This record gives sequence, structure tokens and C-alpha cells, in this order.
Amino acid sequence: MSVITYRQALHDALRSEMLRDENVFLIGEEIGLFEGSYKITAGMLAEFGPKRVRDTPIAEEGFTGAAIGAAMLGLRPVVEIMTINFSLLALDQIVNHAAKIYGMFGGQAKVPMVIRTPGGGGQQLGATHSQNIELYYAFVPGMKVVAPSNPADAKALMLAAIRDDDPVLVLENLALYNTKGEVYDEDVPAEIGKAKITREGSDITVVAYSRMAAVALQVAEQLAESDGIDVEVVDLRSLRPLDRATIIASVQKTNCAVVLEDDWLTYGIGAEIAATISDGAFDWLDAPVRRVAMAEVPLPYAKPLETAALPSADDAITAIRQTLDAVARRR
Amino acid sequence: MIDILMPRLSDTMEEGAISTWHKHPGDPVAAGDILVEIETDKAVMEYEAYESGTLVEILVPEGENAAIGTPIARLNDRSGDENVSLPQVAPPALAATAAKPKHRAATPLVRKLARERGIDLSSVTGTGPGGRIVRADLDALESVPTPAPLANEPVETGSPAPAAAGVTALPMQDGRETTTVPFDPVRQAIATRLTKSATTIPTFTVTASADLEGLLALRVQLNTALRDAGRKVTVNDLMVRAVALALRERPGVNASYSPEGRGQTLLHGRVNIGIAVASPAGLIVPVIRDADRMSVTAISAQTRALADKAANRTLNTVDMADGTFTISNLGMYGVEHFTAIINPPQGAILAVGAATPEPTLSGETLEVRRRMRYTLTADHRIIDGALAAQFLAALTDLLEHPLRIVA
Repeated sequence: MSVITYRQALHDALRSEMLRDENVFLIGEEIGLFEGSYKITAGMLAEFGPKRVRDTPIAEEGFTGAAIGAAMLGLRPVVEIMTINFSLLALDQIVNHAAKIYGMFGGQAKVPMVIRTPGGGGQQLGATHSQNIELYYAFVPGMKVVAPSNPADAKALMLAAIRDDDPVLVLENLALYNTKGEVYDEDVPAEIGKAKITREGSDITVVAYSRMAAVALQVAEQLAESDGIDVEVVDLRSLRPLDRATIIASVQKTNCAVVLEDDWLTYGIGAEIAATISDGAFDWLDAPVRRVAMAEVPLPYAKPLETAALPSADDAITAIRQTLDAVARRR
Repeated sequence: MIDILMPRLSDTMEEGAISTWHKHPGDPVAAGDILVEIETDKAVMEYEAYESGTLVEILVPEGENAAIGTPIARLNDRSGDENVSLPQVAPPALAATAAKPKHRAATPLVRKLARERGIDLSSVTGTGPGGRIVRADLDALESVPTPAPLANEPVETGSPAPAAAGVTALPMQDGRETTTVPFDPVRQAIATRLTKSATTIPTFTVTASADLEGLLALRVQLNTALRDAGRKVTVNDLMVRAVALALRERPGVNASYSPEGRGQTLLHGRVNIGIAVASPAGLIVPVIRDADRMSVTAISAQTRALADKAANRTLNTVDMADGTFTISNLGMYGVEHFTAIINPPQGAILAVGAATPEPTLSGETLEVRRRMRYTLTADHRIIDGALAAQFLAALTDLLEHPLRIVA
């Protein structure tokens, strides 16, 4: 185990897979000479050469499509899309091609491609560069979407994604790149589709993923200290496939739940979680499921407005306290 | 306009509970559509529409009872007698809401726990948002210290009693940790009919016993022979057939009392044996028709089918109608001997115990042999002691010469 950053963990996973399997290659904008906008691919061009570390023009649809073709013929491309916002330019390639080729053509070709791309706001990048639109991909059968919240999962899920035979979108997060945590030195891939109870508790279930799963852990510790509330945190880690069983089992234990999400509330990931709980744990619910999400606006640029629009630890604490008030279980 | 009336769905039904409405106000109805599920004293049954039209109004909402013949809904069959302003143009949701009992906010968890613990939520005050009942309210209810039950005990007035959170009534003041389980229609039918039976029928009981070694040996032989066919007969299956044959020998026991005229004995030409079954819904008695004319394996198969239906609550009234005699067998629980209450209008019921090993004198030597005891409860208005004894003698003879049962 070493304590490293989320950024380093992603880098280590990529390098490790490049060394392990010569079919793995990297493709994307400014990942070579410039070493990536967020430096995940630092040193890769020097080590592996331009054939396996491909700089591209600013043309997401083109290089994503090229990667799909390469994957169909047996390579294992790892596509960097600079931020998830720019994946919209490749939406047709991802949704109509990557996700559907295996099913539509009777399994004749697989698409073992990874799209790694960061989401998240809070960096004053404006409304078009600060979105959380992983839902668009988690919505599509044929895709897998994973969303690590810590360095250990970043490495384990990236390893698993590259070795997976389906197209996998790995959702990174701008606000998490510099966070640190313990990571296995060895390569231990995660199982895609399994959520993790990152903190056991008995009073309330908090379901979250990516940045908000990290927020959930902070909030849980804070509430244990200040209010004596014992929060259980379910870190989804995978949005598709979704580990419904773990969510349901947790709510059956705690009888109430709050969902934290960085995307917009309406039709968001939290809605799917709430429906899952309603389906699987209806008779165990002692309060309605609450959701904490981003304000329903294009994210403002001005710092105070941006901060106000994004869901925060305080918002989570308020929702948790209100839910426990509703079931008269706050001490 | 047609009134849809609560139908008579079984011989003994007096009222039915509306289980589920399949049609709602404003819905078109075709003849043959399932209108409603009705829970009777015996089963939940689907009731079809006989006429086509539009369901205008539901008069008896889900969960409520109505006597046979009471209007439960109104159907516009376009016969022309309806008002011009038909109620069905009202938004269906509104009409449905009006028919529903007042909603009492309680969380799903509370509703589940209340069902399990037999708590009547109307006696609980909710402390959640908007008065919603939450789990803490039920927990508070159970942790309230039991108040002294004596009404004339002096009341301390010095300090106001701490408000028991969320409790307006204390249904559990008796120190026995009582939970109340309201009767469902099946339980209600059991209670009503057996009370009537036990309080209005002059009964007597007669007990006899049979050496069962021969029958048990025969059963082993039968099951060995049937093994390849994947079939099996039980002692109870043999018992059903033996009783049916004994009833043929003593038809006076295969009878019912009728109060017509100065009173009548109804002698039944068919031998239909009711078998008391413990089902999830309570005691129910499916009927094996013409058991005297069926093979033991056929009785066995039919008994198993009926028991499965009882377990799934799918028995229909035909499965339970026209019984002429009932057998209640608690032998599988190791019961040695018991008496049963007559299932009216039948004239008698047989309570069967377990085959238990007993020391038996056989000539000069003591042997351990298995014996079974069975007790007839008879309606003395139509069956006298001698007849009851003759019937039991006939049954004992069959049980001790078991080839006669399968002959």
C-alpha cells in the first residue's frame, strides 16, 4: 500500500495496463506532447512512443469512432475525452455505435474500449465545461459506467475497465484529482457492478458516487461527532450495472435514505436510486427518500453563485438531519 | 342503469368483503370482464360482469363488507333511464377518492409492523411531518409503562403525567402484552358457524379404537407397489375411504338435520367427505366427493390437490360445497384422542388420533401393537347412540381388515 493521489492512481493503472498488454493504447487530445490537460498521461509518450500514445485533432467524434473501429478489430483503446462536456460531440459514436455493435450484430464484434473523462463543476469553468452528464451514458444498455470516489477505486476500476470486453466510461472528477488515499501497489482490478459500503452505520443510508461519495464520508464522520448520528455510506462505484441489492439491503437495515448526486435533480441518478429503494425496500421505509443535487440552472461562473448552486456537505447534513427528524430518531 | 348486487358465492355466505375493484368509475365494462374480487367466508373469488356498459359508481369501497343482495356498484348499460348529466363524466380519480376510507398517513414500515403486531393505527398519534405515523411512534407505544389497571385508584395530581409521546389511547393496558388480531372473513365464518354449532346442536361423543398393524402393513405394501408410479398413500387416505365405506353401511350417519316442518332428517345418497385442513387462512374443509366410489390412490391425489389449493387460498366454493360428513385428523401431531365440533348442517364428525404403540395381550403373551382412537361427535336430533356405535363398529372392522378398504 502507498498513499498516492487519485491522479497518480489513474496514471499507474494506465501505465500498468500498457505494460501488461500491447493491445492497449491511448488516444485523445493533447495526451502526448502536452501530457494531458490534467497530466494523467504524464510520461506516456516518452515511454511508449507515438504509435501507442496518439495525439489527435480536436475532433471527438472522429477519434472516438476510430477507437471503436480499433476495438472491434482487437485493440483495447483508452480514449481520453478532456472533460465529459466534450463527449457530447461523440455522443452518436458512443450511444449508437460503441454501445450497440455487440448486440446488433449478434456478438460478431466486441467493443473493448474505455472512455476516461472527468466531470464536475466548482472550477469556475462556466456552464458548458462544468457538467455532470454521466447519466446520458448510464442510461444506455450496452454501456458500462463506473465512477470512482477515491484513489484505490480509481486504480481498481480503471484496471477493470480496460480488461472489460464492453465499452466502459470511467467517470473521473476534477475535484478529486488531488485527493489522496491508500492504494494497493499490486494490480487488483475491481468487480464492475458492485457497490461498496464505505462506512457502516445504523441510523440512515447515504447513497452517493464519485465526488459526492467522498463528501458523504466526510459528512458521516462530522455527524457522528456532532450529533451522534451513525450514517451508513453506500458508494455506488458503478452506475451501470447498478448494484441494487446492496442499496436495498442497507435501507432495509436503516429504514431511511438520502441520495447525494452532483447532477441535476430532475430525472437524475438519484431518481433511479429512489425508485430502486421504493421497489426493493418499500415495507422498510420510515421516511421518504430525500435527494441532494445541483440547483437546476446552467452552472454560473461567478464563484459565490457557483458554490451556491453545487450540492455541498452542508446540504447533505441538512437533508440527513431533516430525514432523521421526520422519523423522530435524532438524538 | 343497473345496480350490481353483492352475489351469493357460497352456500354459507352471508356477506362478502370487497377485496379489489378491477374496474373504476368511468371504465368501460364488457360482459365477462372481471369487475371485482370478493372475499367470502371461504375464498377470494372473482366476479364477472353479466352486462356491458360503463361503471358509473362504486358503492362499497375496497375493504368494506356488504350483505348479499346489497348494491355494490352501478353500471350504465345505456338502457336510457339515466340522467342526462351522468356521474361518469366526473374525473374517475375524484370519484375513486371519494369512495376510499379516510387516509391515515403512516410510513410503509409502520404499516408492515402494525400488521405484524396487530396494532390498530387509528389509536396511534403520528409525530412525523403532517402527523405521519413513524416507527418511533410504535416503539413509544410499546415502551409506555403499563398503567395500573384499576380505575378507582387515586390519581396523582401533583405533577402532570409525562405526555406519552404519540399515544392517544392505550389499547394494551392489561399487562398481558396483548396484540389484537382482527378477524378476517374466514376466521369470522369459523367463529360464527362453530358457535352456532356448539350452542344449538345437542351432541354426544363415542370413542372406539382399532388395531392398526394390518392397515399400516398394507400401507407399506401399497407404497412399495406404487413407488415406481411416484405415488404414495397416507393413513389419512385409507381412513377417508374406510369412513366412506362405513357410511355406506350405516347411511343414517350420512345425514343432516333440517328444521323444516316438525324437523327432518336429510339422508344423503352421495358420500362426500370433508377433510379439515389447517390453511394459512384458518380451518377450511375441502370436500372429496363420492369417496366411497374412489380408489385410495385417487383419494390421495385429490386430497393433495385440495390441500395445495388451500395453502394457496385458491379453493373455490365448489371445492368446499356439498359435504355430508367431516374427518378431522390430528394424528400427524401425535394427538392420542380428541373431540371435534360438528360442521353444520352435517350430522356428525370424526376426530382421528395417532396410531400409538400400546402393550396388548395376545392370548397369553404381551405384545406391543399400534392402535388408533377415533371419536364420533354426532347430532343427537338425528343420530342415536346405538347408530353411532354401529357406525364405529363398522369402521373398526374395516380398519382391522384393511383389504376391505382397498377391495
